[in-house]
Amino acid sequence: MGPTIKELRFMISRVKKSPLSIMGLAITSFFIILGLLAPVLAPPVPPPMGKEDPFMIWKDTNIPALERMKPHAPNFIHPFGTTEQSYDIFYGCIWGTLTAFRIGFLVVLGSLAIGLLIGSIAGYYGGIVDELVMRFTDIVFAFPTLILAMALIVALGRSIDNVMLALVLVGWPSYTRVIRGEIIRVRQEDYVEAAKAVGCSDLRVITRHVIPNSIYAVLIMASLDIGAIVLYAAALSFLGLGAPTGYADWGQMIALSRNYIYANISDPMRYWYVFTIPGIFIFTFVLGWNLLGDAFRDILDPTLRRR
Amino acid sequence: MSNILEIEDLVLRFYTYEGVVKALEGVNLHVKDDETLGVVGETGCGKTMTALSILSLIPPPGKIEGGKILFKGREKTIDLLKQNEAYLRSIRGKDISIIFQEPSAALNPVYTVEEQISEVFLQHRKEELARKALEAIEKDIQSVKGGLKGFIYGFERKIYKRMVEKPRSLSLRFLSRIPVVRRFKRRLKKEAKKETIDILRKTEIPDPERVADMYPHELSGGMQQRVVISIALACNPKLLIADEPTTSLDVTVQAQILNLIKKLKEEFESSIIYITHDLGVVAETCDRVAVMYAGNVVEIADVKEIFKNPLHPYTKGLMESIPRPGKDFKAIKGTVPSMINPPSGCRFNPRCPEAIERCSIEKPKMIEVEKTHFVSCHLH
Repeated sequence: MGPTIKELRFMISRVKKSPLSIMGLAITSFFIILGLLAPVLAPPVPPPMGKEDPFMIWKDTNIPALERMKPHAPNFIHPFGTTEQSYDIFYGCIWGTLTAFRIGFLVVLGSLAIGLLIGSIAGYYGGIVDELVMRFTDIVFAFPTLILAMALIVALGRSIDNVMLALVLVGWPSYTRVIRGEIIRVRQEDYVEAAKAVGCSDLRVITRHVIPNSIYAVLIMASLDIGAIVLYAAALSFLGLGAPTGYADWGQMIALSRNYIYANISDPMRYWYVFTIPGIFIFTFVLGWNLLGDAFRDILDPTLRRR
Repeated sequence: MSNILEIEDLVLRFYTYEGVVKALEGVNLHVKDDETLGVVGETGCGKTMTALSILSLIPPPGKIEGGKILFKGREKTIDLLKQNEAYLRSIRGKDISIIFQEPSAALNPVYTVEEQISEVFLQHRKEELARKALEAIEKDIQSVKGGLKGFIYGFERKIYKRMVEKPRSLSLRFLSRIPVVRRFKRRLKKEAKKETIDILRKTEIPDPERVADMYPHELSGGMQQRVVISIALACNPKLLIADEPTTSLDVTVQAQILNLIKKLKEEFESSIIYITHDLGVVAETCDRVAVMYAGNVVEIADVKEIFKNPLHPYTKGLMESIPRPGKDFKAIKGTVPSMINPPSGCRFNPRCPEAIERCSIEKPKMIEVEKTHFVSCHLH
């Protein structure tokens, strides 16, 4: 049996032992399936009710024009009800899963790539390079994250791509810091010296010896971060800076329900479904990733997992 | 008999915040062909730094400020300090290799034993492996006719022919990055694995096929050190630097490792620089001994001579501090001085029981007291 297969079996046995990891895995797989089955579960509605872009939520134009501005409670046509302007909540929530994955993965990948490149250069070479890079990172850190992201989106224009770009631009410094720290730790290990002593080039030492030993902390951070990124994107959308109105994005859907969180004195929870349902989606998605992040920590890091 | 390595007036300094650390001040050493030179001294007297200087692996902020390190390479004698990084890389691990003190730290925890040893082969003996792989392909090709397999073998033969002819070709490097296509590297790895198991067997590791697939933490200290020795000897180096290879091992394992190094030295015909602070080990393994103190070599002699007739007060002190039954042992008073402000004159004078006035003023020169017995002390 090859060492790789042996390790894989060990990983699986590790996951099986922890109920929380299984739960995280289950929730995340559920969302993955939900995302993949989106065209089946919520088939795109052709124009004029829907739009060419399947990510735009369809509007129910059968509802009388006067009623259209108000949310409608769940019924047979709209299993989760409709929001303001009669957007279908069910459709939005299902397709919103894809948006959430797209935002989470792309933003984390982008930040990770920048952080890995800059952090490893700073950490490995040290000296003046390190000083310059880290001070610049500190400057970016000095801005409040959400406010800097908002400023960037305002400058770039309101769209889901710009939300992602802005989140990458504010998210990379924390990765850079962690990677740099880890690389400084690994750099002075004997096996790095040993690798140099057998004639490995700098590039090979970094990619084959330093990064594989320092990446785990960052991978765990990244998996935990996917949840947080989705929350950030939702917050931006809620503030009206994220996805355009009618886009299948959970945060944007909660933004649509802004006026209906408190209905009136006699029945304050009358429109509970407009914010509760997308809220539940965001909540479980983030919870799933956080639990999975912990599971990754247990299974990925060879120095931690044998304890 | 000539010298494989000559170190002349090596000066190494570290520019730190507290000041300039004068780690090595004019070290002179030579290693003859096929001999084992022991380098002894207390912790912090520059033994390891001398070793790292030979490989040009001084960590920053260290700088070599003077001297020469002449190494008799495969073709001609070269000054290692004047070579560029690419040339040094081709020497490291191939002609000069090093065994580190702590075997558990010298092995990368995320790779199997095989992967770590193969790396050396792939780094330095790629052409040879490619040639062997080519032979294996020729054999395979005869057994199949046409079909998909025949096509794949033909493709592999083309690639390996090119690898033998032009090992640094750009197109090959490019191909080796493409998924699926880069599977041709498997044959190279297969050959490297054969070599790996071969070298593991030479270092007396039981069941090398199984050990090759294990991770470092699954091995005991002695076994780990054998793996480190395998890595060091993988390319049959002319000079092996052993930096306290047995310090972290228990006594029975120590003896095994020492015997192993001795045996392999004869088999591989390498010269060894043996760095240690254990004089027992020196007596057991070395032909000549160099005693270092605070960045200077203070005495060099044949091993028998130095135990019979130690001349430098520091060497005497070291001898007396070996614990022996029925005898009080004496430690040398004080500690190794700060290298930022080392004592003037002879650096040992503040701790020396036989110091005279001249010792703190003038730096003693290395003189040949008897044939092949050198000492740097005003008393001689």
